[in-house]
Amino acid sequence: MELSDVIESFYDESLEGLDLMEDGLLNLQPGPVESETINEIFRAAHSIKGGGGIFGFDEISEFMHGVETLLDQLRAGEREASNNLIELLLESVDCARHMFKDLRDKKSLQQDRIQSLQNLLNDALADSGATSSTVEKNDDSEGKASTTTTDDSANRWQITFKPHPGMLAKANDPLRMIRELAELGSIKSSVILDKLPPFSEIDPVECYLGWQIELVAETSKAEIEDVFAWVLDECDLIIKEPECPEEPEESETPAVKKESSSPGATSPSGGSASDSIRVSIDKIDDLINLVGELVITQSMLSRFDSGDSELDLEAHRNGLSQLNRNTRDLQESVLQIRMLPIRFCFKRFPRLVHDISNKLNKQVELKLTGEDTELDKTVLERINDPLVHLVRNSLDHGMESKEERLKNNKQETGTIELNAYHESGNIIIEVIDDGSGLNTEKIRERAIERGLIDADEELDDDHINNLIFQAGFSTVDAVSDLSGRGVGMDVVKRNINALGGDVWMESKYGIGTKVSIRLPLTLAILDGQILRVGKEIYIIPLNSIIETLQIEPNRINTLPGNAKVYRLRDQHIPIIRLDYAFNTDADAEDLENGLLIIVDSERQRYGIWVDELLDQQQVVIKSLVSNFKHVRGISGATILGDGRVALILDVTGIVSTYGRRLTKPSIAIA
Amino acid sequence: MFSDVAPELIAFVDHSANQFLTFMLGDEEFGIDILQVQEIKGWGNVTKIPNMPDYILGVINLRGTIVPVMDLRIRFKLPSAEYSTTTVIIVTKAVDEGYERTVGMVVDAVSEVYDMSGDSMKPTPEFGCNVDTDFIQGLANIDDKMIILMNIDKLVSQEVKEHLTEAKTKSMTPELSS
Repeated sequence: MELSDVIESFYDESLEGLDLMEDGLLNLQPGPVESETINEIFRAAHSIKGGGGIFGFDEISEFMHGVETLLDQLRAGEREASNNLIELLLESVDCARHMFKDLRDKKSLQQDRIQSLQNLLNDALADSGATSSTVEKNDDSEGKASTTTTDDSANRWQITFKPHPGMLAKANDPLRMIRELAELGSIKSSVILDKLPPFSEIDPVECYLGWQIELVAETSKAEIEDVFAWVLDECDLIIKEPECPEEPEESETPAVKKESSSPGATSPSGGSASDSIRVSIDKIDDLINLVGELVITQSMLSRFDSGDSELDLEAHRNGLSQLNRNTRDLQESVLQIRMLPIRFCFKRFPRLVHDISNKLNKQVELKLTGEDTELDKTVLERINDPLVHLVRNSLDHGMESKEERLKNNKQETGTIELNAYHESGNIIIEVIDDGSGLNTEKIRERAIERGLIDADEELDDDHINNLIFQAGFSTVDAVSDLSGRGVGMDVVKRNINALGGDVWMESKYGIGTKVSIRLPLTLAILDGQILRVGKEIYIIPLNSIIETLQIEPNRINTLPGNAKVYRLRDQHIPIIRLDYAFNTDADAEDLENGLLIIVDSERQRYGIWVDELLDQQQVVIKSLVSNFKHVRGISGATILGDGRVALILDVTGIVSTYGRRLTKPSIAIA
Repeated sequence: MFSDVAPELIAFVDHSANQFLTFMLGDEEFGIDILQVQEIKGWGNVTKIPNMPDYILGVINLRGTIVPVMDLRIRFKLPSAEYSTTTVIIVTKAVDEGYERTVGMVVDAVSEVYDMSGDSMKPTPEFGCNVDTDFIQGLANIDDKMIILMNIDKLVSQEVKEHLTEAKTKSMTPELSS
């Protein structure tokens, strides 16, 4: 194992540790802390610090040391948790996460952010646990207002002293200056090693070191500068005045705010950075067992190859069917490896809700259910942003303020629920809030204004509400800096459609909103129904088929404009002819000679008309986009048993693109 | 999918003293940088893609990869010919915005491989606006013949970018406005 591998897993573990800390911190309430929660946070912080030390990431261990000390005091009951303290710790977690990201990307660390947070941590440490940090902050700002220099905390100078390499040559000794500083008051110094070259390249007459010095003394800036008077030209010197601990916080706050307003973008688990996957040992064991069986089957089959003229057909057949079973089991188990519980996606939402509801001053409780529901890693990664967007929307627009809620006879605390479950080969994710709901009338007006629907079009409320997923749809007075409902909703829908899923919204004005997302479990393999139109072979995902039926001629009706509908029980189902849609030749000229596949797209049924249904089989999904581009109505391609390529139909795409194509286009599209 | 060699490929095309594979389309001989040729495949079994321009013949299965195939005769508005035994698919690797795509081109026949130095290549004459010379890299004279050197990258990126907006929305990175 290479050292870089070890460091990589240190990063992974530390990031997980930070996630743990975040979870724990979000559970902390102001007041005395629960020992179990704080112990867990402390342990995570401690191992990150330890790991940082071992692998030589001094910045990390130094930074985490401050965090750890604070946590230790909380743990020992020496201080109580306050909102400010929790926020500070959360910010530290963010900062540490950023440090890890920068280290991993080999970027330089954001020293000023780290430094200012470290100062804040030091302040919090210096502050005795008895007073809550709110009071402490007030103290500080008062101190600043009156600019008293006698205040103890106002005497803490931060000096960064980095001599240029050639300083020693001019007979200036940094040690002398530090000694001189020590005469002014008490000093604490740490060495800055970032310029230190590898040992083999060290030139003994050059000075590579720098110092970060904390001086507690009643003195003036001029006096400190005097100490360095001889070397001012030969070093980088930053003297931060005693008010500084307050100042960087102020300058930092907006940055941190910005950070926390989009945790979705900054949290590492959603990014493509981590390409490794953690698999439970059970799944691996299953695989090993299956491979073992496969090997046995293989050796059994190879006996027939040994030139034994006595060919036992029965045994041969048994072997093949065993091989068949092995292959299928193996395939399922391998796919299982890619399956991850949706918890990985859900786990960032407590923080998101916490931050945003604080910012908007709303009280919101987040409920997560079905966190163990498993889905493909790729789907998991790509569903994240749409979900963040939906939740943010719910918080921003759906949820009313406390006052409004009380006025409307609702509980002061709103609820947002994230729910995941499996349903017939799909995964359903629901985002439910008990907020204000959508104003259907307003959406209707807006849709008419935008020409999305006709003024006299009869649509039920649900269909009107779902118009907000249309591009460019936005009810203007609902736009804020966080999100404008409607601005990104079309992107949400497109993203979900791109994954082969769909999204549906139900809403009751004044009561709440529920968004349901339906997604395929995996993007790698699907159960497909092979069908034929003329000479072309297509595959339609089995789980999008509701039923297939032979056409009874008397059930076909023609609407004005040559639109055909099929009466199925009490429903009228529009017929989409695949030969018209794809501009190809079908065998059957008349509808009654073909078959109808009933599908569901956005809660509306359609009948897709084809010549013939062939086999059902599992197909491996291949991308068209990787070498070509996206094609409307086609979600991908696969390779059939005979080596031919067959295209996989995208039902939603076909309906939305070709649903209105009532004849074959007369001119080929060129 | 990102290829390490991609930048070098581009560099090669730029200061070329390199080899070109030539092929026939009707009476004209065309050439492409041999480093962009992945393989040459016999003609066969193309699956049609619905609602595509006529020169996009469809996709083929190249050892598990789905590769689009384009008929260069139709693409260059030459009279179409029957596919014969010499008709082949040249599988090329084109670089489009740093992203390598494998695309097949149907040509009448493969001809020769020529060494060509940079100075034997002449710029394409200006025709005014009626002639599409975008993907012609230059013209070269060899053995009393003229060879049209093609820039595959441009040809392919034009193809995949035709519906730019559509491709964008389907791209992996969701740009959710906030």
